[in-house]
Amino acid sequence: MITLRQVSKVYPMGAENVHALRQIDLEISRGEYVAIMGPSGSGKSTLMNLLGCLDTPTSGVFELNGVNVGELDDNQLADIRNREIGFVFQTFNLLPRSNSLHNVELPLIYAGVPAIERRQIALDTLAGVGLADRASHRPNELSGGQRQRVAVARALVNRPSILLADEPTGNLDSKTGQEIMALFDELWRQGNTLIVVTHEESIARHARRILRLLDGRIASDESLDPAGPP
Amino acid sequence: MRLAQDLTEGLRVSWGALRANRLRSGLTMLGVIIGVITVTLMGAAIVGLNRAFLSSISSLGTDVLYVQKFPWFERLDWSQVRNRRDLTLRDARSIARLSTLARAVAPQAITLRPVAYGSRSATGVQICGGGADTALVGGLSITSGRFLSPYEIDGARPVCVIGAALAEKFFPRESPLGHRLRIAGQQYEIVGVLDRIGEFLGIVNFDNRVIVPVTRYFTDIERWPNIDILVKVADMSQMDETIEELRGIVRRLRRIPPGQPDDFAINRQELFLKSFRKLSAMIATAGFCITGLSLFVGGIGIMNVMFVSVAERTREIGIRKAVGARRRTILTQFLIEAALISLAGGAVAIGLALPIVLVMRQWFPASISPPVAALALGISALTGILSGLLPAWRAGSQNTVDALRHE
Repeated sequence: MITLRQVSKVYPMGAENVHALRQIDLEISRGEYVAIMGPSGSGKSTLMNLLGCLDTPTSGVFELNGVNVGELDDNQLADIRNREIGFVFQTFNLLPRSNSLHNVELPLIYAGVPAIERRQIALDTLAGVGLADRASHRPNELSGGQRQRVAVARALVNRPSILLADEPTGNLDSKTGQEIMALFDELWRQGNTLIVVTHEESIARHARRILRLLDGRIASDESLDPAGPP
Repeated sequence: MRLAQDLTEGLRVSWGALRANRLRSGLTMLGVIIGVITVTLMGAAIVGLNRAFLSSISSLGTDVLYVQKFPWFERLDWSQVRNRRDLTLRDARSIARLSTLARAVAPQAITLRPVAYGSRSATGVQICGGGADTALVGGLSITSGRFLSPYEIDGARPVCVIGAALAEKFFPRESPLGHRLRIAGQQYEIVGVLDRIGEFLGIVNFDNRVIVPVTRYFTDIERWPNIDILVKVADMSQMDETIEELRGIVRRLRRIPPGQPDDFAINRQELFLKSFRKLSAMIATAGFCITGLSLFVGGIGIMNVMFVSVAERTREIGIRKAVGARRRTILTQFLIEAALISLAGGAVAIGLALPIVLVMRQWFPASISPPVAALALGISALTGILSGLLPAWRAGSQNTVDALRHE
């Protein structure tokens, strides 16, 4: 589903060029649960931005469901993000003035789903993450864990091909973090494709495959025992 | 329909953003309000002025030619023309006799004098020396009594016809007919009252006048025997021929040799109208340029606030783009916000301008019409959209990755 061939990303930084990613080759198939690890500066955020179609590679080919993402324009990228990608961020990134329902509805609005249908789908998805009774609450009226659940609901609402999570537990205490990871495991069992960027070994252990990046290269690609996490 | 979604979501978001920053939105709106009010008032004044002028001037009739010493619009060298001969009553009679294309000819001399009846008096009354055809030429009609007769003109009788305002002032309860007015020390019997005409710009009241036989006028009121000769054209399609005939007649009367220029002028109201339109267009342009400046300042205010709004909401823009908002969607959202500020400002401004115009009317013929109001709203919406364009463009073009990282 995801194919990267010789993908590089170079950022101009003053007079010098920073090579964030160097000739990466990577395949991720549907239904995988992948953790991307690496120290800061290793290129994991850059990889995540590329996989999320927020950015395009400097060179090399990135194919998502057979589409060469590098050739798409701004609007087509926006549409791909809308249809194929669900984002979960470390800082939740909810709209502060909007309630949970509207936050979850947002991708559906941009997909052009009619209002009544939109509302129903959003409510169902909120119920799916256990927040049916928090639909009219604003982010500042919710706990950190609840906020991240709203964000997960928002990421899922368009039934994307990939769920991309960037340090999803980074702003949560360990107990709430475990709850969110339990939710992720459940979503994976339901057939979703998950990619989690993290620097915590315990979080990465939830995945079935761990990619380790170092200096813009994939240092190791390890498949874990299929029996699953403890 | 994605556009419909963009618009409704844009409206929702903008409304929320404006409500969240009430003071800021209000102050920005104030700039637009002031701008739109000044533009609207300017428009109201110009429309009112035009309307008042046209209705006043149309009462004079477009089929009347004015034979006078000086042209209305041509600029002449004063030293060349100041010694022009007067136009006399004899000229008027000759024109009436000789012209085949004129329907009626009337002499006219006008001055301002006080008028008295018993113990009451009025100052600044227009005293007009006229002929028997003055009513026909000037399109005047009579409410009661009759107009001056040819016999009274020839005999220079001390009689007069008075305007409606004067009749009301001196004779609130009784008929003025048969009573005597005192003008310049002489008694004039009232034989008729004119229909109400109205006033012009509150400066000239056409109903505040007295018409006396022009023959009498030159013995009692004014000694300098210069008149204007008003000629009503019989057939409007023969306007040019009538003018040529008139020129010929007057040149012959004054014995002007061929090749010499006219030492008189034949003026037409149409030219007056034309030059009035030019003047009023100039006033309008100048007025709108000046008042437009304040609207421009209001627009700059919007632009400023929109830049702040975009900067504040960089993160939000990033989130929206991450979940699939296109550049156009973000652009629309911020454009709507800017347009909303200025449209609301425009609506408030029109609401405020209405009573102001009503008060202005006491002194000035201002008029606020639906087209003016619609224009003001349109201009304010346009101001908002134009000033929102640059900030909205910047918002739409934000790099998603950077916007998401923005603190």
